[in-house]
Amino acid sequence: MSNGFGKHLGAALALLLYPVIALAEWKLNLQTPNTLTGEKIYDLHTIITLICVVVFVGVFGMMFYAVFKHRKSAGHKAAQFHENTTVEIIWTIVPAIILIAMAVPATKTLIEMRDTTEAEITIKATGYQWKWGYDYLKGEGEGISFYSALSTPRDQIDGGNSEARKKNPNYLLEVDNPLVVPVGKKVRVLTTAQDVIHSWYVPSLAVKQDAVPGFIRDAWFKAERPGTYRGQCAELCGKDHGFMPIVVEVMDPGKYAAWVSEQKKNMQVASIADSPTKAWGKDDLVARGEKVYKENCVACHQATGMGLPGAFPALSGSKVVNGPKAAPIALVLKGRPGTAMVSFARLSDVELAAVITYARNSWGNKVGDAVMPADVKASR
Amino acid sequence: MEAAHAHDRGHDNHAHHPYGIMRWIASTNHKDIGTMYLWFSFSMFMVGGVMALIIRSELFQPGLQIVNPDFFNSMTTYHGLIMVFGAIMPAFVGFANWLIPMQIGAPDMAFPRMNNLSFWLLPPAALLLITAQFMPGGGAGVGWTLYAPLSTQAGPAMDLTIFAVHILGMSSIMGSINIITTVLNLRAPGMTMMKMPLFCWTWLITAYLLIAVMPVLAGAVTMILTDRHFGTHFFNAAGGGDPVLFQHIFWFFGHPEVYIIAIPAFGVISQVIPAFARKPLFGYTSMVYATASIAILSFLVWAHHMYTAGMPVEAQLYFMYATVLIAVPTGVKVFNWVATMWKGSLTFETPMLFALGFLFLFTLGGFTGLVLSIVPVDVQLHDTYYVVAHFHYVMVAGALFSAFAGIYFWLPKWTGRMYDETLGKWHFWLSLIFFNVTFFVQHFLGLAGMPRRIPDYAVQFTEFNMISSIGAWGFGLAQLLFLYIVVKTITRGEKAADRQWEGADSLEWTALPSPPPYHSFQTPPVIK
Repeated sequence: MSNGFGKHLGAALALLLYPVIALAEWKLNLQTPNTLTGEKIYDLHTIITLICVVVFVGVFGMMFYAVFKHRKSAGHKAAQFHENTTVEIIWTIVPAIILIAMAVPATKTLIEMRDTTEAEITIKATGYQWKWGYDYLKGEGEGISFYSALSTPRDQIDGGNSEARKKNPNYLLEVDNPLVVPVGKKVRVLTTAQDVIHSWYVPSLAVKQDAVPGFIRDAWFKAERPGTYRGQCAELCGKDHGFMPIVVEVMDPGKYAAWVSEQKKNMQVASIADSPTKAWGKDDLVARGEKVYKENCVACHQATGMGLPGAFPALSGSKVVNGPKAAPIALVLKGRPGTAMVSFARLSDVELAAVITYARNSWGNKVGDAVMPADVKASR
Repeated sequence: MEAAHAHDRGHDNHAHHPYGIMRWIASTNHKDIGTMYLWFSFSMFMVGGVMALIIRSELFQPGLQIVNPDFFNSMTTYHGLIMVFGAIMPAFVGFANWLIPMQIGAPDMAFPRMNNLSFWLLPPAALLLITAQFMPGGGAGVGWTLYAPLSTQAGPAMDLTIFAVHILGMSSIMGSINIITTVLNLRAPGMTMMKMPLFCWTWLITAYLLIAVMPVLAGAVTMILTDRHFGTHFFNAAGGGDPVLFQHIFWFFGHPEVYIIAIPAFGVISQVIPAFARKPLFGYTSMVYATASIAILSFLVWAHHMYTAGMPVEAQLYFMYATVLIAVPTGVKVFNWVATMWKGSLTFETPMLFALGFLFLFTLGGFTGLVLSIVPVDVQLHDTYYVVAHFHYVMVAGALFSAFAGIYFWLPKWTGRMYDETLGKWHFWLSLIFFNVTFFVQHFLGLAGMPRRIPDYAVQFTEFNMISSIGAWGFGLAQLLFLYIVVKTITRGEKAADRQWEGADSLEWTALPSPPPYHSFQTPPVIK
């Protein structure tokens, strides 16, 4: 009688869920690996899972046999045996041997994974709340530096534009500036963080390394094929933990070289645009500040400048923002320890001056003046 | 004089059986305290369950439709804390209180008043966890694992949470002292350690684990508190500290903690399966040694929760080998349970169904744990839904199913009334099916690369999330049926037999009526 319930319920559920299952692209395994290490991990996982399935079927085959053949309703009388030292020894030693057999190939692969020596390119990935920053430290592309933030439009996320979301295959997995590396070269990724622990994770490159503030960790990968590989932050880091993806573009050597020179040119242009001798007008600063605000501040203080009562203070009407310049400058440089307001000293003098000017002249704040990059520089 | 005598006689019965609200507030009776633990545990299960449904509802589709990310993070945090510390642990303490004295022939626990305090610390702690949601900034969205520096950065709710954790720890430590003293000192003459029901062994071992590791958790959260408010820098590199230190301290508690949850569950199963196989537990001695081995090994494996934190390769290798070893004694237990069933005379009432569900699904969870223990594979799966699937298999299909098995098994003894067998079977099948619908697909989500603790996800994860959310609602609603069954049993269940289960042979079944008297074994029974 007990089996009847289960069968009927199970059938009903299968029917209910069938359309959903049929639509799903059967993503049942790890992502297709694009590194030799990834292939080894994929195979290791397959073997271990298979061994587990075999043991599972063996043991529960016996259990179900007992369930059917040794039931009271079939007239089976209970035997009374209740111990057997030989059998206990056997089923202690045999699993131990199987486990050692699993650990051997795992050991070899792990030691290879941890050998980050002789990298051809070294890149530092810094986790921020809530984006990544990349600095090319050594090898071709040395000196390139940029932030990489989620580029999926907010209205696709917050329920406004679900039609666009449905058509977006890279929803939540796209960034403004992807990490670019050449194919076939050993890339060493150093990870660290600015504020809390993050984790740099790209499944198809078989890399996951925690980014710990104040410390440097490392990992490496060597992509076998050009392409775009997407990952996500893999350590809870606050509000937008799910919204700071990683995109790695692996390029052929020629295309990579072209990318490097283009980046270097852009950085020259940007540094001229932000040169310390430039004279800034208030309107230019406000316009620039709005950009900086969108990239760094809006997540907590909101586009309306109203913050989230109790959690993130409002900037609109704020005494600190509207008072003497020294206070907001000091606040963005030092942060407020013990709160989510971290130091933003990593931003440039121009960026900080711009965002403070923007705050002092927006959302009903009408201070009317401009904070100059030199003011910020003087306070560092 | 006469008046005094009459007065005494009138009070004779009342003196031994308190009544009204004070019966419960001032109880020193292991049966009443056990009952309170179980009702508290169920209400926390409902609260944690609602949080789970909020989580799964948001995850039903991509996009942020229902809650904002901060609130979502708070829900995942308190779902974990409430289920672990408010639901599953108190449930098994409830079993311990009800059963240990009866199973060893003792009149009550060794320290009945401390027993009262152990229970009554729990409702204030629960209140703190619930109230934390209403603090400025909302509940702490840091995960039940409370990692620094996210937790040192969090709002005032974090402080309430720390306080709650301290109180919960005190309750567990005092309860453990009580259990150890009771088991070691209050066994009836003739009830040797190796004649004790395995359930008592499992709680004896668990109690030592609790005393060893709850203070470690207390230390970890206190260090968070002082980093937050008293100028220390334990977890802040700028002050010479290290965020990963928190992880080590936390998981040194955290790994034995999962065995603190699992080992009493093993104990319940070891009582239920022999009863329904009408055959003694196979390999009693092995089972004792295996349980003790698991407990000792559990201290040596903590860093398998932090393989990607950046430890040296030698450390990763050591922890991998040590973790893989725990599979051996755990396997021994599974084999012994199957061997108990082998050539038995089996019937499949509700307790046995849940026990079999446990056996099958806890083992499945154990295998995914084995997959996770292998470091290269864990690099792909750490902090993904594969881990979420793994621990829900061992904690829900494992510990929770074991608790259900225990409730159905012992409800006739405790209340003197039988539960409705048909409804019980409905509860089992609904729970089994919806549990698997919810969590089996999460293995695939993890393999495909979906991280944990995210309120929104990439479109390739859509279908399995939808299935999982449907399963969650089904599973949650099925638990309301359980509530109905329990209430129906207590209020109008049919009378149960003293030895309701013919295969049950521990003292509570063979030497006590159903229900047992308010004070049982006031003279010790004779054990042959």
